[in-house]
Amino acid sequence: MSWLSRTALPVLAVLAAVVALWYAGAVLLNAPWERDQAARAGTEIGLAELVANTMHQDRPVLPAPHQVAAEIWETTAEKRITSKRSLVYHASITLSATLVGFALGVGLGMLLAIGIVHNRAMGLSVMPWVIASQTVPILAVAPMIIVVLYNLGVQGLLAKAAISAYLSFFPVVVAMAKGLRAPDRMALDLMATWNASPAQVFWKLRLPAALPYLFPALKVAISIALVGAIIGELPTGSQGGFGARMLNGSYYGQVLIIWSALIGAACCAAVLVGLIGLIERLVLKAMGGRAWAG
Amino acid sequence: MGGLIAGGAVGLWLGLWWLNIRLSRRHGRWVRVLVPGLFGLALLLLWEGLVRGLGVPAVILPAPSAIAAAIAARPEMLWADFVQTVIRSVLPGYAMGCGAAFLVALAVDRSPFLQRGLLPLGTLAAALPIVGIAPIMVMWFGFDWQSKAAVVVAMVFFPVLVNTMQGLKAADRLHLDLMATYGASYWQTLFRLRLPAAAPFVFGGLKLCTTLALIGAIVAEFFGTPTQGIGFRISTEIGRLALDTVWAEIAVAAVAGSVFFGLVAAIERAVTFWHPSQR
Repeated sequence: MSWLSRTALPVLAVLAAVVALWYAGAVLLNAPWERDQAARAGTEIGLAELVANTMHQDRPVLPAPHQVAAEIWETTAEKRITSKRSLVYHASITLSATLVGFALGVGLGMLLAIGIVHNRAMGLSVMPWVIASQTVPILAVAPMIIVVLYNLGVQGLLAKAAISAYLSFFPVVVAMAKGLRAPDRMALDLMATWNASPAQVFWKLRLPAALPYLFPALKVAISIALVGAIIGELPTGSQGGFGARMLNGSYYGQVLIIWSALIGAACCAAVLVGLIGLIERLVLKAMGGRAWAG
Repeated sequence: MGGLIAGGAVGLWLGLWWLNIRLSRRHGRWVRVLVPGLFGLALLLLWEGLVRGLGVPAVILPAPSAIAAAIAARPEMLWADFVQTVIRSVLPGYAMGCGAAFLVALAVDRSPFLQRGLLPLGTLAAALPIVGIAPIMVMWFGFDWQSKAAVVVAMVFFPVLVNTMQGLKAADRLHLDLMATYGASYWQTLFRLRLPAAAPFVFGGLKLCTTLALIGAIVAEFFGTPTQGIGFRISTEIGRLALDTVWAEIAVAAVAGSVFFGLVAAIERAVTFWHPSQR
């Protein structure tokens, strides 16, 4: 079977079902308000009219997909990207914090993993805490980090990036440490018989062996870094970003703003994860291994 | 005086680190417990000493002793927040979300077409910032636990769905053929072979979701709650700059998260005792 009928067709069918369910939900959830309006005006409302009206309320309980699409189109394509009402502007604020934090977290995580693998005392001391910290809801700390950094004079992009870095740090450490330990005794012995220096063992054996472990962790790390940046925008009263946009929408009851920010954030996450998947495929292919399908 | 305390703490930390290096040359079970334990203790002592010695203001970082005092001072409040967030929001949401995902995975099990459609989309959805629906759920379900449970349901659904679907494919071809030669029905094969084979995958998803569930409930509380809950307390006490209480709540959340994870891991050990990773 071709790729089209094996993957694309089922995915499209499920997507179509999701959109259909969404429309049904919009009709169901928005209908009470329309009935209420009709009852107040003293008129009966027909089914056809009811359904039509639920599609374009100003403040729907659940906006219909085309309303969200229109809002997104309006706030991306029709606004200048420097405007505060442009979704692209907010996306760029969130994404810059995400990427800076991701780079920091991944860099530090890889360094710590290298330390853990090469120093037994460090591995024994730190590793159980790193693993235990994965069971702790770290995101709950985010607002406090923002406030503390504000008191220290750090705010804006760097404060949010600190949260993203902190969140993306742990999955990278765990996967990288596992990957660097992946080469078996035979391969290490072979390097020893070649009289390879520790640096050579690291660059030519351990690092390439760790990459297949690293990339899935990077996907987790980038998506959680984005969540961290969004949560980091909640308590600061910050001017921009998806989080600030959601908070504004929730204060003023502007459902469409929340939904468009949500969909925008979801698209960013999908693109970022997709990019890492692409890099994964290219790198693993260049290394001569078989690229993972997942 | 302050410098002396700080210097003493750093010295103590270095001493314990040296002890750890010596200890880690030995092997045995007790080393694996003692070394991380000593490291944690050394870190706490260093924290306490530096905060006291350098006179770090409490609005930046309270000392561990101050946090312990905050915990001891208002245990009823911490308990009430724990009940509101964990017992009333997280557990129902977790049960509903994981249960629904499991049932959906079973339901689409017989349709390869639906599976091929759901698996990539579910994998993608598991990576999306689903916490963002928190403000919407608070609008729909009000301020009490229902909205938090709804966020938890949405957050745990996709990881469990994807893991269960992958687990249902994990049964060995040979074993499946054996079941077929026994003339086993679909349901017999499912309960005797495929579900046990799927258990390690399902529990992988369930363990991952314990943390996600707590995060979802706490973040949803930032958007509005009755006057209780870990997230509510964190956001209001930060406003008052009472960081010792905030840290006390974080300690509660950390303990709750670890215990929740530990419980699911214990159930996993009881259910999948036969799996190589558990032996």
